[in-house]
Parts: sequence; structure tokens; C-alpha cells
Amino acid sequence: MSATEKKEPILSVKNVKKHFQVGGKKILKAVDGISFDIYPGETLGLVGESGCGKSTVGRTLIRLYNATSGEVSFKGKNVHELKGKELKQLNRSMQMIFQDPYASLNPRMKVMDIIAEGIDIHGLNGKKREDRVIELLETVGLNKSHATRFPHEFSGGQRQRIGIARALAVEPDFIIADEPISALDVSVQAQVVNLMKKLQRERGLTYLFIAHDLSMVKYISDRVGVMYLGNLVELADSDEMYDNPLHPYTQALLSAVPIADPSLKNERERVILKGDVPSPIDPPSGCKFRTRCPQAMDICASTIPEWKEIKEKHFVACHLYN
Amino acid sequence: MSKILDVRDLHVSFHTYSGEVKAVRGVSFDVEKGQTLAIVGESGCGKSVTSQAIMKLILTPPGEYKHGEVLYNGKDLVKMSEKEMEQIRGKEIAMIFQDPMTSLNPTMTVGKQIVEGIIKHQKLSKAEAKEKAIEMLKLVGIPSPESRFTQYPHQFSGGMRQRAMIAIALSCNPNVLIADEPTTALDVTIQAQIMDLMKDLQARLGTSIILITHDLGVVAETADRVVVMYAGKVVESGTINEIFAEPRHPYTWGLMNSMPKLNQDRSEELSPIPGAPPDLLAPPKGCAFAARCKYAMKICQEVDPELTEHSKDHRVACWLEHPMAEAYRKEVVEGRESV
Amino acid sequence: MSTEKTYTPDLFEPIGQLDKRAEQLNRKQVGVWKDAWLRFKQNKGALLGLFLVLVIGLLAIFGPLINDYDWSSQNVTIKNQDTAVDGHYFGTDHAGRDLWQRVWYGAKVSLMIAFLAVFLDVIIGVTIGGISGYFGGRVDAVIQRFIEIIYSIPNLIIIILLIMLMEPGIWAIAISIAMTGWVPMSRIVRAQVLKLRSQEYVLAARTLGASHKRILLKHLIPNVIGPIIIAVTFSIPSAIFFEAFLSFIGLGLRPPEASLGVLISEGNGFMQLSPHNLIWPATVLSILMFAFNMIGDGLRDALDPRMKK
Repeated sequence: MSATEKKEPILSVKNVKKHFQVGGKKILKAVDGISFDIYPGETLGLVGESGCGKSTVGRTLIRLYNATSGEVSFKGKNVHELKGKELKQLNRSMQMIFQDPYASLNPRMKVMDIIAEGIDIHGLNGKKREDRVIELLETVGLNKSHATRFPHEFSGGQRQRIGIARALAVEPDFIIADEPISALDVSVQAQVVNLMKKLQRERGLTYLFIAHDLSMVKYISDRVGVMYLGNLVELADSDEMYDNPLHPYTQALLSAVPIADPSLKNERERVILKGDVPSPIDPPSGCKFRTRCPQAMDICASTIPEWKEIKEKHFVACHLYN
Repeated sequence: MSKILDVRDLHVSFHTYSGEVKAVRGVSFDVEKGQTLAIVGESGCGKSVTSQAIMKLILTPPGEYKHGEVLYNGKDLVKMSEKEMEQIRGKEIAMIFQDPMTSLNPTMTVGKQIVEGIIKHQKLSKAEAKEKAIEMLKLVGIPSPESRFTQYPHQFSGGMRQRAMIAIALSCNPNVLIADEPTTALDVTIQAQIMDLMKDLQARLGTSIILITHDLGVVAETADRVVVMYAGKVVESGTINEIFAEPRHPYTWGLMNSMPKLNQDRSEELSPIPGAPPDLLAPPKGCAFAARCKYAMKICQEVDPELTEHSKDHRVACWLEHPMAEAYRKEVVEGRESV
Repeated sequence: MSTEKTYTPDLFEPIGQLDKRAEQLNRKQVGVWKDAWLRFKQNKGALLGLFLVLVIGLLAIFGPLINDYDWSSQNVTIKNQDTAVDGHYFGTDHAGRDLWQRVWYGAKVSLMIAFLAVFLDVIIGVTIGGISGYFGGRVDAVIQRFIEIIYSIPNLIIIILLIMLMEPGIWAIAISIAMTGWVPMSRIVRAQVLKLRSQEYVLAARTLGASHKRILLKHLIPNVIGPIIIAVTFSIPSAIFFEAFLSFIGLGLRPPEASLGVLISEGNGFMQLSPHNLIWPATVLSILMFAFNMIGDGLRDALDPRMKK
């Protein structure tokens, strides 16, 4: 992708860890040392199964959680050290879209007030508040008449678009979309995805798109990262990732996606993984995937695989490629 | 092939304080022995209500069976008493649900929950039932079933719980298994395991499966026949190849187009279905999909189309099927193909 | 199709996508409160309760205007009269005071004390519960220990101490009831806030840079109103009852002041000879308790989020 060439990253994540203390002395390593860059104008997809830490990554980037260690720098500044005016600036330029359209809008607030929240907080009085909200509603395909309604009157897809309008109100450059479509019906998912792509074209937005639906991620992302138990296991351009997955986990994940074409049913070779994802409280030693990996070797139990660029812009953490 | 289950013109409504919600408005389909029938549709289309209605799990009130019959081996389940249904549920027709956590009793060991059904329906002694239960756990691929037998549901992972649910459902060799979004709550790799398991068990036990889902991918990989539902009605039904290779209803087209293809160009837009499904408190007069349909005609607003046979298995409820719309249909189909 | 002939070709004219109003909202606009009212209305008991509370409330305010007496003047010539003559609808008490006047005046005082006490409950309970639940962690731990200490002291002791310190009167009693009464309220609010603070709309406000105050006042408290109202409707009868209890054991208002508790306490002394002294205030008290509890049940069904789809 041309967007990723010769540009400074807008967001740079270096060895970020986020550990939670659960029940006494146990430590849940939700994110256990991940590094990646996001370049202006691109969409980075982040996929993985539930509990792999992908949502925690998003929330740590936007400071909903404080990182246990590591550094998140956004436009050259460490986000976890910002204060005062700079912090306000960050709140404006980095925004988030949430997963559950039923929980992400305050049921007691009118759509007008929900969307205008950022305008109120940041005192953005360039235009009349009401005009601005109407403009935002129209941007996301709704209209003036919706401003006086309450969230429960809207369908899931409409609510999700209201959530997008709320994020857009502060004119961000970077949006973290945390599973924005997984709670929606298929036909509505496309509405939201089309809207996100349109906004990206028109406003040059950068996205971190967190999801577990691999076909949608492939469609929307320029590059894709795959997470397993708190670590990135592979990161590449999305076509490269889907055509030529290197990590055994990525291979299994891709082959597990059901394809809506019965004629392909018998052609595909599937890798069906055995067992379940181990607990992040007590993960396996060495490579965390080794307990389910069809190609595990002796070294996988003893040594943590290095995060390496195997091909140009194709990173993987696996002993098979050493 | 013989029909094991035949649903005819089923209507189910719910009475709420704001009025009568017509959740299922005339659904007909049949399930053949040893086959998998998938019911697809978006949330609120009535697919889950249909499946619960077959099991007579709808509470009346607020629910009401307005009309229609559910023939199981020729007997109408709708007319059966609760006592007779108890002999059907679990033994003849079993069900698994979306969320295995809430459908297992958290205060009872998994083993006991399997044994309960076996003792009730198969008149086995406790020891025999236990043996059978452990055999079932082994069958659904739960490792070390003897020790798992005495564990509680919270000690199982999500995938394991769904396996345990399947073990409970299949423990009495039911003829029909209704699976209501069995893998929606699970991750893809676990979903693949469970779908594999269901296919494998079906081949071994000859169970007929009704698979309720919104995921066309899952349908394509597991079903033999498909019923597409919209706003409480069947809009299209046919064999898996018919539905995926030559879908005929604009709603089915819409569903297929709104998903990205594997090789979809990123610069190409997806084509979502605009708007939202109608409110079933006051369903529209004509075709329920007309308002969202690109190809709607005058008549679509006025009269609800009936389900008509296109070929032996393939049925469609759309005015485009009418002989008088033949020319227009041709135009529409050509337009679609050229895109 | 068998009915081909009934259709004319013009019906098959394409009109394309009708839904220019594709974004029209499906549902009629039913507000949260209207929705709750629709549910509440279905509960006949709750409606009866609401009716009874309104009747007693109106009588407490306007009842004394109906006859020509007042609540404190005595007429020793007509003591303990149990029949309604000369406009003494409820008869007279042992000191010859008009019981109709005293019962409604007393009901008014009792209701005032109860409302005042519950008002204080809400102010203290919501503030402390909200802060405790929202900030969590150490703040929560400290507040919870403090609450446990307060709660472990029998509240009668606290109340006796308070009443000794303050002049017995409406305020003193209301404050003493509220002193311990806010604890359950704060627990309800804390539990709700604890649950709501991880909701995505709260996270969204945080990512927009909202202050703690804004999050608490705009996002959390408005969503706890339902449970607060339910708690209030159950607290009012218990405050009325508690006031009566205090007055009955002599810690509350003193005669000739009147409250339902004082009247019952007085009537108790003449129970055998002139039971009407006891019956009238006790009946009003019972009806109030019953009515508020019925309303509370109805509201719980109407507002409980678990009942909603």
C-alpha cells in the first residue's frame, strides 16, 4: 500500500503490556508485549479470538487503561504521559467506536445530546451546536428528525451510526473501531462498513479495526495483525496475509472461516485445531500457541519465538521461520 | 426420502401491552430424515420463534399458536397436551441453544444433567445411565469423560459446554435435533470443531437437524436444504445449491451481496440492504420486503406474494415469479449479472 | 398461480425502491417514563395503592378545612365521644379534641417527616453510593468500611442520642431516621453504578475527555433513577412506621403535638373504653403502609430493567 511507504507512523506501539490483577495474586496477561505501527490514512485490522487481548489493546491505546509497561506514541507523543491541554487534544484526535450498539449510547439522553457530548466537553463553538449535530447526522445517513429521539427507538445499525457521529463530532484523525459490526445483522454490517470507508476516503481517517470476522477484516483493512493470547503472532498486508499465511495459527484461523459457497465445500483443506485457548492467567511456556499447534517442535516449549520481519512488511513470531 | 417433520402454515403471535406482535406469519417447510435443514434470516425474522414453536416452548400467554400444524411423523404437535409433549421433547426432538452457559444448570454436575434425560426417557438403571452418559461425553469428543462427568458447567470452556449440550441433546437418540445458533457465541476455530462434530454425529446417528443461523457461511458448509425467512415468513426455500447458485428472491440476493466475497476488491463498495425490517406489530399490507426492495412493483405494495414452486424443491415468494412479470424479471436478472 | 386473471398488467409496473423513508423509525415514540407508566397501569394493586395515597394525601392537606374545629383546642365537656355529632366525624379524644382534625393533622406530620427523611436518604445515599461505586478501589474500600461501622451500631442508639441532642420535632426525627436510612440507598446506588461504569457509553464519554463530575451526573445517576425511585417508595412507609414507633415509645413528638404515632400511642391508653381513639389513626397508618408497598411493587415491575426486552 502506498499509504505505508515513506511515511511517519501516526501511532507507534512499542512492547506494550497490560496486565490485570485478578483475585489476589494472580495476574492476567491480557496484552503481553506487542509492537506495531499505524500509518496515516490506512486501516489496520486486528483479529483474534475472544480473550486474545485485541480489545484490551484498543482500550490501552486510547487510555481507557493504563499500560503496565511499554510505550504508545501518537503523533510523536507518549499518550500515557499527556496532561492538561495536550490530553484534551488527544481526546479530540483519537476516538473510538464501540461494539454493542445497545450499550454504547446512554439510554437517558437524546440523540442530539449524545452526539454533541464532545462539542460540549471541548467547547467547540465554531458553529451552532444544533447545526453541527444535524450536519453530523446527515453525514452518517440520518436526519434532523432523529435528533430529538432517544436511542431505544433506533435499530442496531442506526445506533452504531449515531456512535460514529459522536466520535466524528470532535474531528478526530484516528479512530479505534472495537468490533463495530459484530453485533449487527449481515445486511446492516455492510451499511456500517460502507460508511466507515466513505468517511476514510473523504476525511483521510486512520482506523484500527478490531474484529473477529476475518472476511470483513480482509475487505476493510490494508494490513492485518493476528493476535493469540496477548501476543501478535503475524502482521502483513491483508492480501499477503490471506494468500500466504505463515503462522500455523493464522492458517488454522483462515481455514476455519466458513465460506458462503457450497461448491467450495469439498475443495478446501481445513485445519481444525484441537482443544481450547488456554487461560491467559497461566499461559503455556515458550510459544503460547504450541499446545494447539499442529506443527509444534521441542524448541516451542522452551523459547519464546522472536517477532521478525520474514519478508518485506510481513512479520511473524514462529520458530518455523528461524 | 420421507418427511419426518412437516410444518404447515404456522402462525405464532405474542400479546404485548402495545398490541399483537405477529412473529411468525405462515411458515411452511419440511425436514427429511437424516438431512440438515437450515433456517436463515436476520434477527427478528421469526426463525427462533419457529424453532421454539416446534418444541412447544412458547409460553401461552403471552404467546399464542394462531394457526397451522407441526406434524411429527404425522402427529400434530400443536394439538398435543403438555404431558404428551414431555414424551416428545428430548426423546424424539431435542434442542441445543446459542448460549451453552445459560442452558446448562449451574448447580448440577454435567454428568447428572445427562443422566437425568436418559433415566427419564430410556428406563435405564442409574449405573447403566451413567455408563451411557460417559459414552456420550466420549462421543462428543470431551477428553477424560470420567472426570468431566462429575464437574460443573463453570469448569467447562465455552466449546466444551456446547459439546456437553450436544451430548445431553443426543443422549436419547432423538430423530430431530434443533440447533438454535449453536456456534454464534463461539470463536471460529471452536465453531469449526462443533460444526464438524455435528456433521460427524449426523452421519453416524442419522439424526435430522434443523439449523437456525444467520451465518450464510455456516449454512453453505453444513446444510442440505435452506429456508430463508423474512419478517415472519418464508421468502425462499430450496436445496443448498439452488439457493447459493441461483437465488431468486431479492432479499436472498441482498443477503448475499452484503457480505464481502473472499476476493472482493477493497475499492468496491458492498451493497447493503437499505433500511430495516418492518415492525411486526403492524406488518405492511403487501410484501414485507417491498419497501426495501430495489425491484419492487406496484403489486408488491398491495398484495402479499404466495410461496410458489419454481422447480421441484425451489420455492419463492415474490411477484417477480409471476408470469406477468416475466419480462421485467429477465431485465432485473441481466442487470444483476452485468454488475 | 391460480389467480392470474385477477391481476392487470399495470400492477406489474416496476416502481423501484419505495423506501425513500428507509431511515424512518420503526417504533412509535414511547418514552422511558411512558413505557414505565404503561406497565404500572397494568398492575391493579399498584393503581389502588396510588389512589389510596392520593386520597390520604389530599385529606391530610384539606381534611382539616372540612369541619370547624382545630387540632389542639380542647372541649372537656365532650371527652371520648365515639359518634359523629356536631361535625366531629371521628368523635373526640380523651381531652375533648376533635379526632378528625387530629388524625389528618397527624397524618400530615407523619408524611412530612417521612418525605423529609427519605429526601435526606436520597441526597446522602446517592452521593456516597455514587462516589463509592464510580471511583471504586481504595475510595470504595474506605467508604464501605465506614458504612459497615455505622450499620453495626444499633440505629435506636444513634437515634436516642440524636434526639437527646436536638429539640424533638419534625427535623430531629427526620434526621434521625435518615442517619441510618441512607445506607441501603447508598448500597443500591453503588451496586448500580458499579455495574454501569463499565458500560460502553460511559467509556465513550471517557474517551471524549468527560470529567468525573460529568460522567456521574449525566451518565450514571440518570440511569440509576429507576432503582432509586423504587427504593424511595419502599423507604417512605418504613419511615412512617419508624416515626410511629418512636412516638409510641415516647422518643418522637410529644402530645399535644400530633402525628399518627402520637395518636396511636395516646389511643392505646384508652383502648378498652374508647377504642375509636386507636382505631382511626391506626387505620390511616395501615392504609398508608399498604398503599405505599403496593405502589413500590408496581414500580418495581414497571422500572426493573430485567423485565425489559
